[in-house]
Amino acid sequence: MIKTVTETMLAVNEKLRIQKSTIKNGSEKKRICIVTGTHGDELERQYLAWLIGDELRRNISLLDGTVDIYPALNPLGIDSITRGIPQFDLDMNRVFPGSRNGTMIETVCSAIIDDISGADICIDVHSSNIFLRELPQIRMSVPTSETLLPYAKMLNVDFIWVHESATVLESTLAHSLNSTGTKTLVVEMGVGMRITREYGRQIFDGIFNLMKNMGMWKGDTVEPRRPIISQNSAVGFVNSDADGVFLPEVSFGDYVKKDDVLGNVLDPLRGEIREVVRAVCDGLVFTLREYPIVYGGSLLARILTIDDKTVKGGGEI
Amino acid sequence: MKKEILYSLKSPYRDNLDVIGCRFGSGKKSVAIVGATRGNKIQQMYICSQLVRTMKRLEKTGKISPNCEILIIPCINYYSMNIGKRFWTMGNTDINRMFPGYDQGETTQRIADGVFRKLEGYEYGIQLVSFYQTGNFLPHVKLMETGFTDPADMERFGLKYGIVRKPRPYDTTTLNYNWQIWETKAFSVYSNETSGIDDVSCSEVVAAILRFMYSIGAITEKSVPGYKTEIINESDIYQIRSSAGGIFRADVPTGSPVEQGQVIGRIIDPIDGKTISQITTEYAGTVFFEYNQPLINESTMCFKIIV
Repeated sequence: MIKTVTETMLAVNEKLRIQKSTIKNGSEKKRICIVTGTHGDELERQYLAWLIGDELRRNISLLDGTVDIYPALNPLGIDSITRGIPQFDLDMNRVFPGSRNGTMIETVCSAIIDDISGADICIDVHSSNIFLRELPQIRMSVPTSETLLPYAKMLNVDFIWVHESATVLESTLAHSLNSTGTKTLVVEMGVGMRITREYGRQIFDGIFNLMKNMGMWKGDTVEPRRPIISQNSAVGFVNSDADGVFLPEVSFGDYVKKDDVLGNVLDPLRGEIREVVRAVCDGLVFTLREYPIVYGGSLLARILTIDDKTVKGGGEI
Repeated sequence: MKKEILYSLKSPYRDNLDVIGCRFGSGKKSVAIVGATRGNKIQQMYICSQLVRTMKRLEKTGKISPNCEILIIPCINYYSMNIGKRFWTMGNTDINRMFPGYDQGETTQRIADGVFRKLEGYEYGIQLVSFYQTGNFLPHVKLMETGFTDPADMERFGLKYGIVRKPRPYDTTTLNYNWQIWETKAFSVYSNETSGIDDVSCSEVVAAILRFMYSIGAITEKSVPGYKTEIINESDIYQIRSSAGGIFRADVPTGSPVEQGQVIGRIIDPIDGKTISQITTEYAGTVFFEYNQPLINESTMCFKIIV
């Protein structure tokens, strides 16, 4: 059933409408929310949302509970290929929890929080931006990790990044929900403005595995990947020091050794190499720059160090 | 005046982004003033340019106090200004959400870091800012309440209103907030324009900043008298949001006194021209902010009234 979460009049003959699909069956009271589309340029999750809805409709008898799918929290951004909210240039994921008596966007954010709150679990799916490609991963802050890790391990991701909390992130959807008792996992995968079917399928398998463990799905599921669990200190950041055109020499998902060449920053005007970019540590390249033009400081890669601070292996609730 | 490059960034195909600072006087770091951190803040850059012009005159006539150094940065992000963008040219990130910056971080973090290093150590910091939503408002000074800066210091500007804002999580990466964490008493000054030029408002803000500098003893030339500043908590300002979408017409200009129950604006159906919403104020007061775009969505802040 398609439901309207909130709607607001736009200036000329149109409403900003946030919709969700509620798919329900059986007697189980548990509810899972799949949330996508806060950033208008992140489209990987559109495929994921469709996959889940398609599977549930074809096999509704295997569902025992409620699945709410929110494919587009920022419909105006998706429509106009805009990451933030058009007109305001605001990052919607910095406006939560919003306010019932606030501006248009604040009231929209508040209504979304109200609608999701109380779910047994929420999965907020992101897909990087147009600049970086990401391996399917789950991110969480240290304070939430004790609660969220058991669920994250079921989601069939390659790794789980537990990072330090930052005050500025307190305005995100995930923080707002977690801090009010609705367990929310943030998935990152792929690249902006594109759909990578493989990643969509991977997280799809993970979500059905999670639902099975929660007693909401009676169908077959795949054995989830055993993710690497990383603390913040085990991630190496590679930023460009030069400006130019970045051409990688490694592939996404490669394991590299410290000082291996990751790529070059080229100067097409002079036909020169401006910078030879090297790995800052041994490990897995889980983030790689997709958009080639760079300035000094542009993020080129993130490398996951496999050492005594990282933990291999999944688990059960 | 010493004009210097405070931070420089190379680009593959453009001239370097050279952040220019104008220094006046010498000795103790007294006041730093920052204009446009975003590409649409033309008025804020313009105000700084007029301040630089005035400060040059004051320097030439010996009216900058001894042992006082004043730094003015009219524009940080002119790369975006030159191509009509608000945020950073490539990643669309906001430099004013990157402070205190990080020299090994991403491009805008590096710019913020490079500039912030030059802004540290000043006793006072003034940032010329704009409201994220377009509209007309009365020039005012705002303080982000961190416990470091005394709200009473806002009176030194002689603007009609001084607003105290309780910081939200997204404020913690602004220049104003970080200035205070690094022990500079910081103020944000709002002029009634952003992407255009308003000469009246510019003159008012330039006079306010000169008044402030005279009050702290950084300059010796007395400025024109100002107002007795009324200090208000931001949360106490009465806000009116639109109850419909359509064509917006304001019936009163900013600064007007209004009566309780007075109709101060209308929303008109864009198709049949009928008034679909009359905007009335529940309180008597002064119109502090007024939305100024022809089209308005529902739940948009359209008036703020100081009661």
